[in-house]
Amino acid sequence: MTTLAETKAGRGSTGGAGSDVPPAPPEKLRRRRPHGTRWAAIGFAAPLLVYLVLFYVYPLWRNIDLSIHDYNIRAFVQGDADFVGWQNYVEIFSSSIFAQALANTAFFTIVSIAFQFALGLALAVFFRNYFPLSAPLRALFLMPWLLPLIVSASTWSWMLNSENGIVNSFLEAFGVGQINWLTSPETALLSVTLANIWLGIPFCLVILYSGLQNIPEDVYEAASLDGAGAWRQFWSITFPLLRPVSAITLLLGLVYTLKVVDVIWVMTAGGPGSSTTTLAIWSYREAFGTGQPDFSPAAAVGNILILVALLFGVIHLQLQRRQEAR
Amino acid sequence: MTTRRAWWKTVLGLVFTGIMLFPVYWMFNVSLTQTSDLRASPPHWFPWAPTFEGYATALDQQLPALGTSLLIGLSTVVLTVLIAAPAGYAIALLNLRGGKVLSFGLIVAQMIPAVVMAMGFYAIYVRLDLLNTVGGLILANSTVAVPFGVLLYTAFMSGMPKELLQAARVDGAGAWRTFISVVMPISRNSTITVALFAFLWAWADFIFASTLNRSGGMIPITLSIYQYIGNNTTQWNAIMATAVVASIPATVLLVLAQRYVAAGVTAGSVKD
Repeated sequence: MTTLAETKAGRGSTGGAGSDVPPAPPEKLRRRRPHGTRWAAIGFAAPLLVYLVLFYVYPLWRNIDLSIHDYNIRAFVQGDADFVGWQNYVEIFSSSIFAQALANTAFFTIVSIAFQFALGLALAVFFRNYFPLSAPLRALFLMPWLLPLIVSASTWSWMLNSENGIVNSFLEAFGVGQINWLTSPETALLSVTLANIWLGIPFCLVILYSGLQNIPEDVYEAASLDGAGAWRQFWSITFPLLRPVSAITLLLGLVYTLKVVDVIWVMTAGGPGSSTTTLAIWSYREAFGTGQPDFSPAAAVGNILILVALLFGVIHLQLQRRQEAR
Repeated sequence: MTTRRAWWKTVLGLVFTGIMLFPVYWMFNVSLTQTSDLRASPPHWFPWAPTFEGYATALDQQLPALGTSLLIGLSTVVLTVLIAAPAGYAIALLNLRGGKVLSFGLIVAQMIPAVVMAMGFYAIYVRLDLLNTVGGLILANSTVAVPFGVLLYTAFMSGMPKELLQAARVDGAGAWRTFISVVMPISRNSTITVALFAFLWAWADFIFASTLNRSGGMIPITLSIYQYIGNNTTQWNAIMATAVVASIPATVLLVLAQRYVAAGVTAGSVKD
């Protein structure tokens, strides 16, 4: 059931519903089948295959096509853009924004995931044992994940508003002066990362919680009899036994955080300056964020992102293989 | 002693939940605040004098957008299930050749950034004149849910008891008949899960809406909120009221369908 664990993810920041955990290799019954079955299989899969070609392969191919031509809106409609080869990529790599976008992406991704995972794990452990109200409270934790990103992002913008935001008002009570969370280059990236951590906690909580359910209770009982305290139990039992699930959670978190656009775009639009411009935002801004769309470099940045995602896809597959081999 | 300890955990749990849900509360609070109090310093922590002017404005202006989102969400669900369920059946139960490769492809497909898909779709839609159409948006939105749906159905269906399928075959049912009258009814919870996520993702979509439907006559609620923020930064109570209304589907599903999600998830996991 690996597939569930990974597929449950999804939306912008990192998302995913519930999931469950370590996989058992799918044991297919090998038996003689009537001749028709192969064709039936193809028939049932046909809508998906057509769909994938039309709505995945073709858009991705168009995207590659965009990145090696010099497209503008006019050339878009007429289809007569000049072929420029690698030029768009060269321009991307030599752009002054590239280094910053890369650094921002790294910061946003790594900090988001580190905190989402740590807090999600802590909460999963907290919720592991039954206590009154534990189930409804755990369900409530899903709320941030289920809300449309635009809703959460605009709420955070208002909370972090310099003059009227609740966060500044709260800090003021402790004598902290006004902080321009979203409008100063020093804090903007931190602010969007903060909002994104909040968004991603439910996803980690759900996956890790279901991972915990698969650790047999008697392991803990035995440890408890041996005199191991809660802290010791966590490091000697929970953490090591949860490693496969953790790896998948982190990897998926990584891939989904890399492609976040909505949260950052709604809160800061990549600014001020380029201080919150990640690779995904850069691509979005070039193509759709300004009055003058520049699709070709945007597509080039997008393709770089895909390569990164593919790299992690392969790592993911390796990880899964190793687990199934066990 | 255990009960005392358990209650102590409940209190702690309430505190954690309170902190976690504070932004949600705040959205609710601001949505009920009078316009004149929006810039009060310090902000009002509780809407002592609640007003529904924000909601009146929101409903007055956003009703069409909510309808559009509903239409897009439901259509995405139908399209996703129609494509994903048969494909899952083919991979899991009919031993489709290359099924493993296909599954890997779907995992990778889920990792492709939406921005990239949006650009590809834009390039195609410009030529086909599908920009700013609801149909185009439904197709684009379904690309998020279809890979997920296929993988979920595959995972669930490969756990089905094979005796059941053999029994159907002995009774003379063909692949199609087996699919419709045996496999789909058993997969009900998977269908609910797939439908739930397809709906929520389509409902929450912003990237496709803001790229493929920027100047359409029918815009979904997410884009509407975004444009609202851009045009009208002073009326945050109306913006937050719209946000609350846009969160209703999520809330309803959390309350009503949580059991089904859990059921679908666990049903898929007990297969060995």
